[in-house]
Amino acid sequence: MHLAYPAVLSALLFCTGLYGVLARRNAILVLMSVELMLNAVNLNLVAFDVWLSRTARETLHSGQALTLFTIAIAAAEIGIGLAIVLAVYRNRGTSDIDKLRDTAEGPDAEGPDGDHPAAEKAEATA
Amino acid sequence: MTLAQAPHGFLSPTGVEIAFLLVGLVTLGAALVTVTTRQLVHAALWLVVALGGLAVEYLLLTAEFIAWVQVLIYVGSVVVLLLFGLMLTKAPIGRSPDADSGNRWAALTVAVASAVALVWVVVDAFRTTWIDLDGPAAGTTEVTGASLFRHWVLPFEALSVLLLAALVGAIVLSRKAKAGDQTGDPAGDLSAAPGKEGAR
Repeated sequence: MHLAYPAVLSALLFCTGLYGVLARRNAILVLMSVELMLNAVNLNLVAFDVWLSRTARETLHSGQALTLFTIAIAAAEIGIGLAIVLAVYRNRGTSDIDKLRDTAEGPDAEGPDGDHPAAEKAEATA
Repeated sequence: MTLAQAPHGFLSPTGVEIAFLLVGLVTLGAALVTVTTRQLVHAALWLVVALGGLAVEYLLLTAEFIAWVQVLIYVGSVVVLLLFGLMLTKAPIGRSPDADSGNRWAALTVAVASAVALVWVVVDAFRTTWIDLDGPAAGTTEVTGASLFRHWVLPFEALSVLLLAALVGAIVLSRKAKAGDQTGDPAGDLSAAPGKEGAR
């Protein structure tokens, strides 16, 4: 098989995930797009592992091992990420990442009073 | 070296290549629908199609163990976790007009530019490279297990500690923060648990 097929598919999937991360507004949809990007990396790892296991005489099969590690880390990431999204939703009533602007820097985000962000932070952690 | 001198013909694809191309088109289409649809639950269900298509691609690349792990963990638990998350955050069933943020044209520009750059570089770099899929399969479960438990034991064990830490962290994050409430949020704990069990 031509190596360009899996490599091109992986690149296109990665860019699809990149678009989703940048364009989506719901935090869970952003997490889905992150999963797409991670899967694109996995496809690259598997394809290059199969290629190198025929080309090189001694390989560690690092591509497949790293794919397994990536899948496990992605599972951990999705668990933690969803717990964070649920905690934010419970505190703020929204999972809309455009509205979570407490730490944003900008002309209108920072009020003149210094204790306002601290008060919001205390409210968030309460 | 021109393409005509290559031992494989570029214009006469093998059956594996045709199957890979068709499944890849389905996968890419499902991924595109996932990131563009306005119905949030449909996005999760199209993600199932995309991840299942990737599992088929792994099978075509003879990596059978990775394919079944993909089906078990991604299709089996990650998508279920995402659906739980969508329901627990009261995602609207049906069309939601604000699924995309205002910077989607900037996002589209960045994504198309990076896609063009990556595809150009990758095609230019691996134009004359071929994967030899004949003979004994290069990615069987036996080979994967032997290399994993011969060369990768320490990262494997470290990963189990990482998963334990993620499990504890997810439980701590999804508990209610009030002192004296020891039971925590049952829905949050439920949504955090299956990923860890699936991952181990």
